[in-house]
Amino acid sequence: MSDHTTERGLAVELSDLTRVYGTMRALDGLTLHLAPGELVALLGPSGCGKTTALRILAGLDHATSGTVSVGGRDLTKVPASKRDMGMVFQAYSLFPHMTVIDNVAFGLKMRGRDGAARRTRAGDMLDLVGLGEHADRYAHQLSGGQQQRVALARALAIEPSVLLLDEPLSALDAKVRVQLRDEIRRVQIEVGTTTLFVTHDQEEALSVADRVGVMNAGRLEQLAPPAELYSAPASKFVGEFVGLSNRLPAEVRGDVAVVLGQQVPVLPGSATGPGHALIRPESIAVVADPAGHATVTTVQFLGPLSRVTCTLADGTEVVAQLASVDALRLTPGDRVRLGVEPSPVLVVA
Amino acid sequence: MRPSTSFRIFRAVLLLAFAAYFFVPLLAMFDFSTQVRGSAPGRTWDNWQLMFTDEDLRSSIVASLLLALFTVVLMVALLVPTMVWVRLRVPRMRKVIEFLCLLPLTIPALVIVVGITNVYSWVTYVLGDSPLVLTFAYVVLVLPYSYRAIDAALSAIDVATLSEAARSLGAGWFTVIVRIVLPNITGGVLGAAFISVALVLGEYVFASLLHFDTLPVAMAALYKSNGPAAMAAALASMILVALFLVGLTFLSRDRHKQGAST
Amino acid sequence: MRGGPGRRFAVGPALPLLPFLGFVLVFLVVPTLTVVMGAFQDEDGRLTLGNLDALTGDAALTALRGSLVLSASTALIGAVLGALLAYLIVSMSPHSLLRRATLAVSGVLAQFGGVVLAFAWIATIGPVGVVTNAVLELFGADLYGSGWLFGLPGLIVVYSYFQIPLMVIVFAPAFEGLRPQWREAAVNLGASTWDYWRHVALPLLTPAFLGAVLLLFANAFAAYATAAVLVSQGQPIVPLLIRQAITSEVLLGQANVGFALALEMIVVVTLVMVAYNLLLRRTSRWMR
Repeated sequence: MSDHTTERGLAVELSDLTRVYGTMRALDGLTLHLAPGELVALLGPSGCGKTTALRILAGLDHATSGTVSVGGRDLTKVPASKRDMGMVFQAYSLFPHMTVIDNVAFGLKMRGRDGAARRTRAGDMLDLVGLGEHADRYAHQLSGGQQQRVALARALAIEPSVLLLDEPLSALDAKVRVQLRDEIRRVQIEVGTTTLFVTHDQEEALSVADRVGVMNAGRLEQLAPPAELYSAPASKFVGEFVGLSNRLPAEVRGDVAVVLGQQVPVLPGSATGPGHALIRPESIAVVADPAGHATVTTVQFLGPLSRVTCTLADGTEVVAQLASVDALRLTPGDRVRLGVEPSPVLVVA
Repeated sequence: MRPSTSFRIFRAVLLLAFAAYFFVPLLAMFDFSTQVRGSAPGRTWDNWQLMFTDEDLRSSIVASLLLALFTVVLMVALLVPTMVWVRLRVPRMRKVIEFLCLLPLTIPALVIVVGITNVYSWVTYVLGDSPLVLTFAYVVLVLPYSYRAIDAALSAIDVATLSEAARSLGAGWFTVIVRIVLPNITGGVLGAAFISVALVLGEYVFASLLHFDTLPVAMAALYKSNGPAAMAAALASMILVALFLVGLTFLSRDRHKQGAST
Repeated sequence: MRGGPGRRFAVGPALPLLPFLGFVLVFLVVPTLTVVMGAFQDEDGRLTLGNLDALTGDAALTALRGSLVLSASTALIGAVLGALLAYLIVSMSPHSLLRRATLAVSGVLAQFGGVVLAFAWIATIGPVGVVTNAVLELFGADLYGSGWLFGLPGLIVVYSYFQIPLMVIVFAPAFEGLRPQWREAAVNLGASTWDYWRHVALPLLTPAFLGAVLLLFANAFAAYATAAVLVSQGQPIVPLLIRQAITSEVLLGQANVGFALALEMIVVVTLVMVAYNLLLRRTSRWMR
């Protein structure tokens, strides 16, 4: 079995990238650094500029200002065909008139490798993604998930210094998406290529990435490991975009906030004075208490977990997530007492 | 990956060359059509006026226009109910109907004319010898294009569901076709109509070999006696056909916009 | 009850199709069958292969050769120039007015045929044509010569006028079917522009191109009106030979030879259209 780990991991540096289309700013001073071998996911709503950033890195689009460098080498002016990067597109990128193995070997052909070497390497890559027996099929004979795996094999066959994935799972069925993202991550770790993964799906980004960059309107709001992004959002946008959040009235005094009658620490970047605290449903405790200030309005059974919606005296709705065992003891109309976990929260205006 | 400047210049030059090739003959026709008869100098619109003043020419123009109208009407009356019915009730026949409708693409009009003389002598015996009897033959000629246009329109709407809904509410088949399906395929029907008109106005094979006096036949005959006038008539008919075909382009664009919402 | 579910074909629902089927039978099927059968009959209705013999005669062979030359040459001229024009048009932005206008004009010119086309070219390079006169005045050269416009060479020039736009209409969708992802993927994998065309675009376009050539061929082969107006002397192509056969008052009994010639036309055009449809199916598989 051949050794797939290579010294391929190179550092990637996007410095102060700006991309202007007429009056529209697709990218506004984006700076991003990828460590060798790491997988960074760019997450954001459509139009936030994540795909633009990826395409500029690939050389398929040019920045209005800013630089792109890989392994210390400035690639800003280098044409796309000479950048030594492998890219997986959202869909339809396999050449329809070539067999699977010819598709995978295409990059090697462009680099002048001879037929036997191409076939061997392409065969190895297909084995790596689990499609060895499909080598002589055509793209239209494969399912969407299989096609994307071929696309991945094709991108990696040339041993690129950077792997680029442009929403590779968005066009696939939900179940296939979950299977394939684990596949991609497994292969990426095995090969060790620095990877930029663009997606609008949070779960995808949080589950595969070493670090996640949340983008909004052309700017990078936060770049952090998934857990940190989730529990310590740096801005209002991140807090509200990633995961579900309650917006509960809060008052910030110094470095604590008073929420639901409790004092909790605040995260840096929070607003001061009166505002709203972003609290995750799983951080809310619900205890039955006839003297409580909140009333249960709905209990939604979701399997192992349940969602309980309560209303406060001032009409604010609070969504809490509890183990179903506890949730099912509550009924709409019960009076309850709500508690907040004492971990740091973000307070927004 | 936007095209480079040198490519754009290259493209502009070539497009101009093509434009010249295509428009010069049209301009030449216009030049001829305004010439004075007998090679006398000067320009005149007399030749154009002839279309209104000359009886033979005028009657051939009227004949062609009426033919176009009749052909469209017969085509719609024959094709739309048939195609809708096939989709709704006899889907097995769909391939057969498609084959028959596309057959005129493979059988040259000339061949059909050669074999149709017997049929047409019977037709003229029964219906007289006005050029309007060409309607039947012309409907055959426009079948492929009309079929495609209407088929595309029918594919874009879910005919089966619409008709089932209408029938469950008590509508009879006639109502379903005329008041439910037809209003939803107007784009396709109009497209078929426009192409049919364009074809009929220029059709020569049938008319000349069966000896009917339609506009193209009249123009060809007129050329021998009055070249400029024939040119004027030809240019006029071409402009009319062009207007129909350009109207068709706009129709299909609107249809794309409507269809995008489904 | 015999047969499986839905296996029997009920006649009832098919009845409303009779008007259409009857119409097509009378005005399309019967004439075609008349031609096919008439090709094997003599003027007394007896079965004969004599008409087919006539197809091997000098006049028929010359005409067939002329038709094939005309169709093949205008198909190639139309295909090459039309593909070039289609490429130029598709390279423009989809929202560009020029692109839509050019496509619309192509649609009009592709339908251009018959009498009007003949007149247009007479007005241009005929004996007193605009371009003829211009060339005479500018270069002193006689473009019209001995009247080549009214023979086979003239037909080749004139037919190209609608073959090129027809190619644009038929082939432009093939260019539009080239997905941008293919080009980007190729470039990303290290392909230069030339590599992309050589390994990706051209192989993908070739079936559509060949199919279009066949379509243009059939189109030229079957055309009648323009030639009928331009050519009054001689029968350089099959359609004009048919015209002579069925309108000739001098040689009665030629009518059945006309049937044989028409049958010949059916055979040629059918073969070409079958090949065209096969190629069409191949391309649609790729360009989904």
